[in-house]
Amino acid sequence: MPSELEFEKPLSELKNKIQELKGFMEKNGLDLSGEVRRLEEHLDELTEETYNHLSAWQRVQIARQPGRPTTLDYIKGVCTEFIELHGDRNFRDDPSIVGGVGLIDGKPVTIIGHQKGRDTKENIHRNFGMAHPEGYRKALRLMKQAEKFGRPVVMFIDTAGAYPGMSAEERGQSEAIARNLLEMAGLRVPTISFVTGEGGSGGALGLGITDRVYVLQYAWYSVIAPESAAAILWKDSTQASRAAEVMRITGPDLVELGIADELIPEPKGGAQKDPAAMVATVREKIIESLRELAKKPIDELLTERYDKYRDMGEYVER
Amino acid sequence: MLRDLFNKRRHYATLGKTVEREKVPTPDPVEKDIPKGLVEKCDACGNLIMGKELQKHAYTCPECNFHFRVDAYTRIALTLDEGSFVELNGDVTSTNPLGFPDYESKLEKAQKSTGLTEGAVTGEGTIDGVPVAIAVMDPRFIMGSMGSAVGEKLTRIMERATEVREPLILFTASGGARMQEGILSLMQMAKTSVALRRMHDEQVLFVTVITHPTTGGVSASFASLGDIIFAEPGAMFGFAGKRVIEQTIRQKLPDDFQTAEFNLKHGMVDKVVHRKQLRDALGVLVRIHSARGWADAE
Ligand SMILES: [Zn+2]
Repeated sequence: MPSELEFEKPLSELKNKIQELKGFMEKNGLDLSGEVRRLEEHLDELTEETYNHLSAWQRVQIARQPGRPTTLDYIKGVCTEFIELHGDRNFRDDPSIVGGVGLIDGKPVTIIGHQKGRDTKENIHRNFGMAHPEGYRKALRLMKQAEKFGRPVVMFIDTAGAYPGMSAEERGQSEAIARNLLEMAGLRVPTISFVTGEGGSGGALGLGITDRVYVLQYAWYSVIAPESAAAILWKDSTQASRAAEVMRITGPDLVELGIADELIPEPKGGAQKDPAAMVATVREKIIESLRELAKKPIDELLTERYDKYRDMGEYVER
Repeated sequence: MLRDLFNKRRHYATLGKTVEREKVPTPDPVEKDIPKGLVEKCDACGNLIMGKELQKHAYTCPECNFHFRVDAYTRIALTLDEGSFVELNGDVTSTNPLGFPDYESKLEKAQKSTGLTEGAVTGEGTIDGVPVAIAVMDPRFIMGSMGSAVGEKLTRIMERATEVREPLILFTASGGARMQEGILSLMQMAKTSVALRRMHDEQVLFVTVITHPTTGGVSASFASLGDIIFAEPGAMFGFAGKRVIEQTIRQKLPDDFQTAEFNLKHGMVDKVVHRKQLRDALGVLVRIHSARGWADAE
């Protein structure tokens, strides 16, 4: 079960109260259905109120909830057949990024994504979804393989960031991410990506130059995690919520800034409340998107990809 | 005949060795025979297995998952749709280009004991109805070494697959180069690689399945060049032999050194697949690669 967030407590308290009242009714043979109905209406209102006015920081917390579908969950839900492929052919298989080949709706795809763990043990194995250079190199190998066989690439982005550590630096974290940016720019097959949870900086972008970028309703994507931003800006990481607000990192912000093409609605309260529904929504979007992109000649797609990223940034000339 | 088999195998049996259930043991190098008797003894756990039972388990030990070595035709039968195999270039055989002493008699002996003309069998067939080219190296034939004839057969099947645009599935097993052919043997690495370059440029799927043992020149050429590389559990896959490395660096190497699982961890193979699941996994791969694209009509 996903853990409960602070701002969701009034909701669960109310839910418990309704349950208790129902139990009391049954036990004592009393009819309090009017009161129950009143409370249930109140719960609906409160639920709407809570989730319709989430702060950026609350969204970040939802994006980090365990129980949200991970890349492997999406793969399992969208593919009729899938084979996971491992390794960068150089140094190591990085469990923080997974990928492979499969069929969606009978059509071939390569799928790649960050992989977080479901529990502490798996998170240690997955390094909390923070990839090493070999993870990005595995991703690149699979992208080039997809290009060779003319199948589109679907990527799932969910990482706090690329792993900041000595081992990663020794093996060229920067080079690995940089190489992916260069190669994704020229990949001669349609590419789409979904920011499904956390879009942590370069570690996220390393899988993220694509023809279409979809961002889930409660996902965030930024140059830096709010805690780190607060530490730098105000020398105080407890100011993370303030940083989250000012940095415009939420899904709607990303669409408005032209970083993401479309916001993908999540189940009420977040993907973790109904993972199956979330996966189904994503599956539909993949099919719709890849059908549309497949209609375009690849050179046209590459020109559009170029233009899209060429136009990123805002400035004035005087 | 049964007694003969046991007598013959006794030399190599590792009796009294305990084996962890979870780990898939690595077969000892090369000398092992391929099961053909009524009852077989698992080299890893000592379990006695009826021939029929062994066949049912795709020649793996039901107790400890030890993968018995299988000959080329058994491998083909385990992989392709029944009756679909057509052998190609079966008449390509070795000669003695360097006039190497006793090479002819060695070849003759290998041919007699294996019933094969050379160390690789190649041809075409189908997996779940999808046409594929297939090549299987047979570890029994002079340790699965690669001479000019093996190189030629593999190159021809690569060219064939490229020409008709069908996936090539290559089961590797090799002790390395065939010393008796000297530099010509080394150049089979180059020959197969130039053929693979064309296959790559023509975007034809090349899958290698690493079986025990795949070492030396074969590992340093086509075995490592699969678009997708599967490996059987416990199979040794590496460049230099473990003993050579230990002597060079004067250190003891870990038990799992160069196993399929070791290679998976180190990023060199895509997936370790139990032999019982191998046919299905290959089926999925060829289906994905023969599926209609997103732009095609429904
Ligand atoms: Zn056994």
